[in-house]
Amino acid sequence: MRTVIFRTVAPYLTSLMVLFSIFVLLRGHNDPGGGFIGGLIAASAFAIYGIACGVPATRRALYFHPMAISGSGLFLAALSGLLSIVYGVPFLTGLWTSFGFLGVEVDISTVMFFDIGVYLVVVGAITSIALALEERELP
Amino acid sequence: MAAVSETAVDISSAMITAPTPLADWVVIAPVAVPILFGAFLLMVRHHTRVHAVITLCALGLTFVANVLLLGRVLADGPVVMTMGRWLPPFGISFTADTLGASMALVGTLVAIVCALYSTRDIEAVGRRYGFYPFMLLMMAGVGGAFLTGDIFNLYVWFEVFLISSFGMLVLGSEERQLDGAMKYGVLNLIATTLFLIATAYLYGIFGTLNMADIAGKAGELRGTAPLTTLAMLYLLAFGMKAAAFPVNFWLPASYHTPRIVTAALFGSVLTKIGVYALLRTLVMLFPPERAMLSGLIAWVAAATMILGVMGALAQTDIRRMMGFVVISGIGVMMAGLALGTVEAVAGTVLYAFHSMLLMAALYLLAGIVNEAVGSYSLREVSGLYRSHPLLAGGAFVLVLPASGLWPKVLLVKASLDAGNGWLAFAILASGILTTIALGRFFILAFWRQGPDAALQGEVPVVGYVVLAALTLPVIAIGVYPEPFIRIAESAAAGLIDPSVYIGTVFPAGATP
Repeated sequence: MRTVIFRTVAPYLTSLMVLFSIFVLLRGHNDPGGGFIGGLIAASAFAIYGIACGVPATRRALYFHPMAISGSGLFLAALSGLLSIVYGVPFLTGLWTSFGFLGVEVDISTVMFFDIGVYLVVVGAITSIALALEERELP
Repeated sequence: MAAVSETAVDISSAMITAPTPLADWVVIAPVAVPILFGAFLLMVRHHTRVHAVITLCALGLTFVANVLLLGRVLADGPVVMTMGRWLPPFGISFTADTLGASMALVGTLVAIVCALYSTRDIEAVGRRYGFYPFMLLMMAGVGGAFLTGDIFNLYVWFEVFLISSFGMLVLGSEERQLDGAMKYGVLNLIATTLFLIATAYLYGIFGTLNMADIAGKAGELRGTAPLTTLAMLYLLAFGMKAAAFPVNFWLPASYHTPRIVTAALFGSVLTKIGVYALLRTLVMLFPPERAMLSGLIAWVAAATMILGVMGALAQTDIRRMMGFVVISGIGVMMAGLALGTVEAVAGTVLYAFHSMLLMAALYLLAGIVNEAVGSYSLREVSGLYRSHPLLAGGAFVLVLPASGLWPKVLLVKASLDAGNGWLAFAILASGILTTIALGRFFILAFWRQGPDAALQGEVPVVGYVVLAALTLPVIAIGVYPEPFIRIAESAAAGLIDPSVYIGTVFPAGATP
């Protein structure tokens, strides 16, 4: 699969897909989308990059080990649930706040951080599996 | 995005408005703490030297939370916390009653001891492959399974500990491990699929998954809904998980292959979750259906206990033998399920405590013997009495018939009261045969004249520490059973009459 065309296109395609996955992740709050599907899109982006440029290059580009990304996602999701301990509400209750940013009202919530955690778990787990499979396949 | 209206919305019809006291967090802590630390270990997966210490800290915290939880449950009855503030049955309720809290406590104790011995047993490669994160995530699954009050959530926790247990089982990637893991995986996945099908069917009938809600609604639906089918499906699914005859063959095929710490943890904790789930579904949710199936369950129980211990008598590999002893214990626990009285269920619960501690101790003893002699085969292990007298003393206490006496007394008395003499006979016969099987292990490995004592290896100090940590509670149950029996009876009474459980989840009759 290491043709010139694919190798030239792959970095752009990957960055586009990662960007789109983040869009899908954030959009998921009120519309179809979310952490799981966003994570799958990002993981397939890294899989494409791995096919085109080789697994070592992908691992270098990711910098963190995929399983470490996955662990950080689980950690973030659990922490976003634990935040409700401060407010006297049960575990995993959605807590909201908003702040002005460049004149725009931005809402952030623990729900969003939980979803980002799901995103990271999916990215990490699926990328880890995909890269392991690609590693076996390539000589 | 829709504009946020300024009028205050009345949320009291959908959400919990009363503030959650800090003390209620002990319900979720036995799950949240292992998940947090397990995730952290995944993040620092290359710093394997700190893994064991962090795991022990996490399990220590979990243990403290479990002790606090059990203390609170014993003092004021079940504790409930509904996730995300949604009113039950829409939010997932974590409901800790005496049964769940006490089993979670014993399971965590076993996990701490196993983590302690794993510092000897799990080498650098195993740590690198993530033994400790798997162990913590498995304990999160175990804690969740014991404490959740939602039957679909129970399925989720089953999956959590099952997937982690796959990881622990194949650690080392030896051929026979993969072979064992394959059998374990396929049969357990069939069981979980059955569990899922049964749960989907249950949801179709009841329209709710909250166990308190189901227990409350089962009475009115009894005439029309096929609840016996449901009970039968759960019996098959959880019987498979618990390794009851005739669906027990995955256990002896896989439990002798992994590291001894893994085997100890699985043999002591994972099969008991199957028993716990059987008690929860059949005794609490579907009691008349359980009574209808009790003849079948009694036969299954008797066959499991007798055939299990016969398997143990036939083995020469110590780990395989222990696997069969686990199965035999499952049979004894199912006898209480078949009888269904408070006394019988209390016997089952007490036997579960005892069996969790004893099986972990016996597996770890096998590991220590292997460390001293370098073999698991009863043909080769001998003469340990002379070279390691202290170890022999500990082993002698573990194989003594007295250790499982009280739960068996309760079960035999309950079966005689129920006029079920042959079940009482089966329990007694399996008890004698278990003593013979374990006595055979003791005589061959310890008493038999062996090679020169100088040839035997050293036993590490941590080996004695873990054995003592498990043997002392076993002795305590044997010598002073009163408090343990009281806990077991309170657990059984809470299962058989779940009105307090239901009242905690739906206060003041607020059943939807």
